[in-house]
Amino acid sequence: MNPDLVPVLWQAFGETVFMVLITLAVGGVCGLALGLGLYLTRPGNLLEHRGVFAVLNVAVNVVRPIPFIIFLVALGPVTRAVVGTTIGTGAFTFAMCVMASFVFARLVEQNLVSIDPGVIEAARAMGASPLRIVRTVVVPEALSPLILGYTFLFVGVLDMSAIAGYLGAGGLGDFAIVYGYRQYDWALTALVVVIIIVIVQLVQWLGNSLARRALRR
Amino acid sequence: MSEPIISFRDAVKEFPAARGPRRRRRGRRGAPVRAVDGVTLDVAAGEIFGVIGYSGAGKSTLVRLVNALETTTAGSVVVDGTDLTGLSEARLRPVRAGIGMIFQQFNLLASRTVAGNVAYPLEVAGWSRADRHARVRELLDFVGIGDKAHVHPAQLSGGQKQRVGIARALATSPRVLLADEATSALDPETTADVLALLQRVNRELGITVVVITHEMEVVRSICHRVAVMEAGRVVELGDAYRVFSAPQHPVTRRFVASALRDVPSPAVLDRLRERHPGRVVTVRIDEVAGSSAQVTRVLAEHGVDGTIVYGGITEVAERPYGSLTLELVGDDAAVQAALDGLRDATTVVDHGTATRPAADRSDR
Repeated sequence: MNPDLVPVLWQAFGETVFMVLITLAVGGVCGLALGLGLYLTRPGNLLEHRGVFAVLNVAVNVVRPIPFIIFLVALGPVTRAVVGTTIGTGAFTFAMCVMASFVFARLVEQNLVSIDPGVIEAARAMGASPLRIVRTVVVPEALSPLILGYTFLFVGVLDMSAIAGYLGAGGLGDFAIVYGYRQYDWALTALVVVIIIVIVQLVQWLGNSLARRALRR
Repeated sequence: MSEPIISFRDAVKEFPAARGPRRRRRGRRGAPVRAVDGVTLDVAAGEIFGVIGYSGAGKSTLVRLVNALETTTAGSVVVDGTDLTGLSEARLRPVRAGIGMIFQQFNLLASRTVAGNVAYPLEVAGWSRADRHARVRELLDFVGIGDKAHVHPAQLSGGQKQRVGIARALATSPRVLLADEATSALDPETTADVLALLQRVNRELGITVVVITHEMEVVRSICHRVAVMEAGRVVELGDAYRVFSAPQHPVTRRFVASALRDVPSPAVLDRLRERHPGRVVTVRIDEVAGSSAQVTRVLAEHGVDGTIVYGGITEVAERPYGSLTLELVGDDAAVQAALDGLRDATTVVDHGTATRPAADRSDR
């Protein structure tokens, strides 16, 4: 590898880490909130509300299947209104945060529906308020699958960052294409792929062991 | 009867038939389901009250009206002086906190230790950490699992899990404990242990216990009074011993027969008469009708041999109850006289002999 490229690779790595971490943080919080909203307002659940559930459900169903590369472009006006520009790492990170929130919302909801309703009924019978039940029963009881879902989200976000990178956000995906693929430097392309695989493996291992610790059965 | 702690007055609970969007789209909206259909009954403070019925009889819904996990559609429920009718969700929470509940599937929090589970209602009630710690210790000792405080529920047996459930339900010193099929997931031996524990809760702590069950055995061993439910209604209500010894409603009769299995079925009777040439009769043994000593005496008076060929005597609400099927051997006149003597003392069903079977009335 051309030694001049080493600092460029480092910069790309830094950009990817920035995009992924911001997106994981924002998407994690917003997705958890959205997912809890979906779960709680679902008919028969604690804060049953047909209207709110229908709106959230349709929103998630509409956004989630849009291919990310199209979503990025389509979200342009919103991105401009919020971030002030549609180019650069910041603008793309915003779009990634929005998509990640909707993806994670569904993951959260799917993991929460598996909670035994009897446990929630027991908490109600002990006089707990809905908010307390969410905090002390719903989230702790589903913590293990939530961690795995979050790990899954990480891989999805890394994938998104590569697409965003190609469209101008920089990062490892962009680096692999610009300096590897376009220069016919297969070794360099392979190196970037290996770096990405190693990152994914490390995070998956971390997620698995945390999930196992949370699963006390 | 002492003052009622729970009073139902014409309590009705209806669930809308069209639940969930899919059924509504089909455009058919069936009649709402009346899970509880006009129940009026009082549970006395300090008693163990049983509610028995088959699945879908409405007993689980009835018990959920007591701690307002469900609210009445019509009628009223008064618990410990508080009328629950029309109370807001926020006002109902302290009521719920003052009533303990245990469940068939235990419903323990898998993410918490045994101590954490028992401490949960204390956290809700705002107890300090030190007070919680002391109270949890006391409760775990009371239910006999003081050594399991730091174990997670997944590592416990069913009986131990239900003990945790009981400790948790008792944490805030409720006046009422609701047991929803609390022993239905347990094996017979563990069931007996848990029932004995519920009896201790009632006797030593003076807590009123409402037991929901589909097993007459549960009613037989611990309940003072019992209500039999079918299709949302109470079809029979009374002293557990009275309900056992003189069941009025067909549903009650089926439950009683299932609990004791002391009365031979028609097929069993055929075999008994084949095996035993003498006159086969079933005599009732209970406190009201007669004791087995009386039966022995009557038979001896008439010089008739009585051999027990079927049946059993057990206890209902701690009083003797059951029936014995006897083969009577002697000359015809003496057997007839002995039968008359027995009829004076207790209820007798004459099954005749193999050659001349009497009309069976094996149901009571």
